Amino acid sequence: MKPFDYARAASTTEAVRAFGPGTMYLGGGTNLVDLMRLGVAEPERLVDVSRLPLDRIEAVGDRVRVGATVRNTDLAFDPLIRARYPMLARAVLSGASGQVRNVATVAGNLLQRTRCTYFQDVTRPCNKRRPGSGCPAIEGDHAGLAVLGTSGACVATHPSDMAVALAALEAEVHVTGPAGDRIIPMPGLHRLPGDEPERDTVLEPGDLITAVELPPPPPGASLYRKVRERASFAFALVSIAAVLDVRPDGTVGACRIALGGLAHVPWRAERAEQALIGGPATGEAFLEAAEAELEPARPLPRNAYKVPLARNLIVSTLEELAP
Amino acid sequence: MEITLQVNGVPRAVDVDPRMSLLDLLRERLGLIGAKKGCDHGQCGACTVLIDGRRANSCLALAVAVDGSQVTTVEGLADGEDLHPLQAAFIEHDAFQCGYCTPGQLCSALGMLGEPGPSVVTEDITADPGLTPEEIRERMSGNLCRCGAYVNIVSAIAEVAP
Repeated sequence: MKPFDYARAASTTEAVRAFGPGTMYLGGGTNLVDLMRLGVAEPERLVDVSRLPLDRIEAVGDRVRVGATVRNTDLAFDPLIRARYPMLARAVLSGASGQVRNVATVAGNLLQRTRCTYFQDVTRPCNKRRPGSGCPAIEGDHAGLAVLGTSGACVATHPSDMAVALAALEAEVHVTGPAGDRIIPMPGLHRLPGDEPERDTVLEPGDLITAVELPPPPPGASLYRKVRERASFAFALVSIAAVLDVRPDGTVGACRIALGGLAHVPWRAERAEQALIGGPATGEAFLEAAEAELEPARPLPRNAYKVPLARNLIVSTLEELAP
Repeated sequence: MEITLQVNGVPRAVDVDPRMSLLDLLRERLGLIGAKKGCDHGQCGACTVLIDGRRANSCLALAVAVDGSQVTTVEGLADGEDLHPLQAAFIEHDAFQCGYCTPGQLCSALGMLGEPGPSVVTEDITADPGLTPEEIRERMSGNLCRCGAYVNIVSAIAEVAP
């Protein structure tokens, strides 16, 4: 690991002021410390923000504000979150292990990097790690990688489960930084790779996430489901956060769908939602909506399985949600 | 950098490089070699200790970042010659073969017993479920056992679980 300076910030203002070239913020460190050990991240200075007083979950009117340093376990165990946003609690609990969730923060979960093997291997080219060096995943091992919104430069996926639920809940990410405060609605925090895959998010240098605010949950029943290669402690091949409200006449009143494991971002399935709203809540309609969503998919030879897997997951999840 | 920790109840002041992990501090500087370095990437759980009562991968914690914490390692579980009930249950149930993962399994199990919330396999996410074998398996998924002693690890933990 490359030497670095370490400083602990006592306030968000102090943290932002301490940020300079070569600086990274340190949250729980469950991803960053590993990336530093791998040589993927080489900060010259760490500003530790994990002990900032941003560790509270509080109801604000009909919304819930989750501080940036709330640990994943505390978010998932919180009675208010479990009662009002059960899909979010289940998404958080489906990620990582008990040990990691005890330490990982909400902001760190959003900002974790892709687990693409080439990104994590400094002996290989990677446009995300070393811009312009190439993407060996496109010709090589891309079995776990993206099929939607990819570019010729990068086919990485965003690995978070929590972010998928937050995208479906239209959570707001509160950010402070050198240019002041702003609010970014999910899934707008993350960006598609395009020709700048080194940028995972729309955040600017020095920007610091302070909270995630949850609007009132949409009407309807909700589910988070995750398909992975083993029963626990594995990243999603495909995951889904879905909310479905079916009117008494059998038509879809409201619908939110977000998909994980398919793209560089938590993928909000707007095509599917538009296809469903106002129409019948039937298996046939669910299949048509899923196919509409996945029509733009451009799979590679070894991840083509994700398209029918995602289609079937969307259909079976909506069928389970429909009364 | 000078940091202070309570390790198994004993105050320890140490001067560390910011790069040093809590695991390396425990093993290389404090002589506590119970916590093991299996993968050094947070994937195997052999380095699990309790930090302020919560189980964590000590390989992923920078020592400077846990300054001021209370750390419990496997060396801190027994009360003198009296084994912790989890340790006794692991022996009773033959819950290990080579033993390399056992310190991490024990610390993880101890931390897990103090986590009352649901898991992803809990049917009703608003309820605090009992620790069925299925719940124990899910909650212990951050600890690998290359010998495959999982069946006996689950039964050992189930004996101690409330």
